[in-house]
Amino acid sequence: MPSDLVHLYMRIDHLPQIWCPGCGNGVIMRDVAVAIDELIHDEENSINREDIVIVSGIGCSSRAAGYLDFNSIHTTHGRAIAFASGIKMANPKLHVIVLTGDGDCSAIGGNHLIHAARRNLGLTVVCFNNDIYGMTGGQYSPTTPNGDKATTAPYGNVDRPFDIAVLAAGAGASFSARGDVYHARETIDIIKRAIRHKGFSLVDVYSICPTYYGRKNRKGDAVEMLRWQKENLLPTARYYSMSEEERAGKKQIGILSYNDYPEYTEEYAKIIAACRGKAKKQGGDGT
Amino acid sequence: MSKRYEMRFAGSGGQGVILASVIIAEAAVIAGLNAVQSQAYGPEARGGVSKAETIISRDKIWYSKVTRPSFLLALTQASADKYAKELAEDAVVMLDESLAIPAGLDPSRVIVVPVLRTAKEKVGKAFTANIVAVGAINRALRLFSDEDLLEGVRRHIPAGTEDINRKALAEGAALITDAQAAACARRI
Amino acid sequence: MAKAVLMQGNEAAVEGAITAGMRFFAGYPITPSTEIAEQSALRLPQEGGKFMQMEDEISSIAAVLGASAAGMKAMTATSGPGFSLMQENIGYGAMAEIPCVIIDVQRTGPSTGLPTSPSQGDYMQARWGTHGDHPVIALSPSSVLETYTLIIRAFNLAEKYRTPVIFLMDEIVGHMREGVVLSNPRDLIINRRKMSFHDGANKQCYFVPEGEYVPAMKPFGQGERYNITGLAHDVSGFPVNSSEIAGRLVTRLLDKVEKNADDICRVEEFAMDDAEIAVVCFGGTARAVMDAVLQAREAGKRVGMFRPITVWPFPEKQLRARLPQLKKILMVEHNHGQMLLEVQRTVGGALPVDFLGRIDGTVISPADILAKLSEMEGKNHAE
Repeated sequence: MPSDLVHLYMRIDHLPQIWCPGCGNGVIMRDVAVAIDELIHDEENSINREDIVIVSGIGCSSRAAGYLDFNSIHTTHGRAIAFASGIKMANPKLHVIVLTGDGDCSAIGGNHLIHAARRNLGLTVVCFNNDIYGMTGGQYSPTTPNGDKATTAPYGNVDRPFDIAVLAAGAGASFSARGDVYHARETIDIIKRAIRHKGFSLVDVYSICPTYYGRKNRKGDAVEMLRWQKENLLPTARYYSMSEEERAGKKQIGILSYNDYPEYTEEYAKIIAACRGKAKKQGGDGT
Repeated sequence: MSKRYEMRFAGSGGQGVILASVIIAEAAVIAGLNAVQSQAYGPEARGGVSKAETIISRDKIWYSKVTRPSFLLALTQASADKYAKELAEDAVVMLDESLAIPAGLDPSRVIVVPVLRTAKEKVGKAFTANIVAVGAINRALRLFSDEDLLEGVRRHIPAGTEDINRKALAEGAALITDAQAAACARRI
Repeated sequence: MAKAVLMQGNEAAVEGAITAGMRFFAGYPITPSTEIAEQSALRLPQEGGKFMQMEDEISSIAAVLGASAAGMKAMTATSGPGFSLMQENIGYGAMAEIPCVIIDVQRTGPSTGLPTSPSQGDYMQARWGTHGDHPVIALSPSSVLETYTLIIRAFNLAEKYRTPVIFLMDEIVGHMREGVVLSNPRDLIINRRKMSFHDGANKQCYFVPEGEYVPAMKPFGQGERYNITGLAHDVSGFPVNSSEIAGRLVTRLLDKVEKNADDICRVEEFAMDDAEIAVVCFGGTARAVMDAVLQAREAGKRVGMFRPITVWPFPEKQLRARLPQLKKILMVEHNHGQMLLEVQRTVGGALPVDFLGRIDGTVISPADILAKLSEMEGKNHAE
């Protein structure tokens, strides 16, 4: 029986979702819903449900937009961040949340990712990163580790992978973080902070794809893959409590970089105010 | 004014010949005439031969390109040589004094004026050469009133540069003798 | 009264768009359309609007669709290479029924071609550039003043039919300056037809009443949530895998333009009343055609000009109405024969259709057209 959360925030008519058994995407979608729910019910500073806009591109991850019962727009492959930019500019009070995948946001949409990060436009990007193109059946993506197999890398992947959170930070994102499927509570908190963040925020959430990536690379079933996350993806405090030797091969879950660069729509609003102030002084009608 | 002027402005990128053609067209519009202005765009406007065209007419202007130029301003030798070959029979040509009259061009049709030197020495700013030229052209061809021309300039210059541009217009006009103006008036 | 000013075609496009209510522009610099971005950057904040220079043309059209969905009248402008990049999202706009205006200031192609030279080689691309059967409205101006008035109409049609409208300019008009007196026809501006789930029983965001083709639009992100997708969807806006629903949707999308062709199509006819030869042209090419027709008339030839202002859908009804009086048609365009195909299709072999085109970046002159008309006459005598 669906939980209250599902009843409240998901479009029951459109469930069950299309994801394979064991896929991590459903957990990440739930994390997003819980994060939003907690923000809506935040007594000190609640956000309005109708101000949430979910924007997605194309791929397994992007189907989440259709399941989540908010304003939702399922756009073209790679372009979710660009559509979201227009939405945010048209109505800056909206909380525009982009749900995307590793291929959608760092291959075909990589250019939009780095430029939105550079502008510090107030979007929240949640990347469902499963290291593979799932919708098309298991081709390698920009995050597939070097040497791993995929249907288009039958002899092992020659490419070297992106670390999307580091990429976004390098491009100037004022909030860049990493989450995963296993550490749901930590990931929910990160997503909440990302949505609260005024500028551009990115949360690279490591998903699992037992069907394609896992099978191709002998990573075991979903439980095995989650166990790997538990042992190798470590919340910030734990990660930094370890020695460098202990950290080898492991990654931090948490906020990787954070700053308070000016937000784009606020900066643009200043330009409008300045132009209109000038027009009024010069006797313009200011309409 | 006769029925139709087809004017060509040529020089090298950066000399401001496009702006000169725009200002002439703007003044024509202010004077209640029809005007169409166009130019060679692209790499030419950044250092090569730059060409702009303005057609002025009391009648509606359809085709926007100059086919029989009745006037040519040339500020470089290359542009003078190139466009001297494509003139209407009764065309007037204005050349900067630094240029040789292109071979085959009847010298009696040419007005030689120190446009570049005047901008640099008398106005004091080399970049006003195009405005000096506009002043000289209007004096020679008697196209517009001084007020209309000045308004045409005003619409295309940055705030705070009005005085120097007004001076450039006046210095340009002063380069044309009454005899030259009368000769041009007879010709067109 | 407003005073006459000298204005460039590209600037007039921006002024017209602002008059029509455009308050969001996203674009990427490309010759010969760049002045449209520059002027939008300058003018929009003065009107409370917003300009964004994007990282490419794909994101430009995407941002425009996003802004329009969220309630702003929005526009982008580009030229050939950028227009190619925009095609996928133009199809998205058609499928999701998001109004917007896309200006293509055509330059000589293919590929990078002659960036600063005029062309009309994107005529067919404007119709068939994006994949799949889809509706298209495209308008093409031939003067600076018409650029101003026609782009207002482009925005109106975009709103009325909830579809992207392509504004097919060319370098001739885009870079030309002419004297214009701009009017502000506020009463002619069509604003978005909005619907709300709270109005009556209907809860379907793509609901279309019987006998109509265009759903009213629900403001996105303004209090009532729904879903937008480029997948085939039902009236609720959600994807479906039903061939029946998908077929019905695309049929409606095509019908909303085809069945309203009388409302959408506009032509200019000059000296056509007694014309035996019609010179068909569009956009900046009309400038040379007008001079040629005037000169041919002076020489006693019964020549007229037929100019589609709405270039898609092709105004076939208007052209067909002229066929009984005509002996010949001459199609003049700056491409290798694109609108020619539409003219031939419309004429259906009833008349000879001759063609004068150019693909080298130079402009067809009145003399070229007169020579072609003489050549056609010669053929006549030979027959």
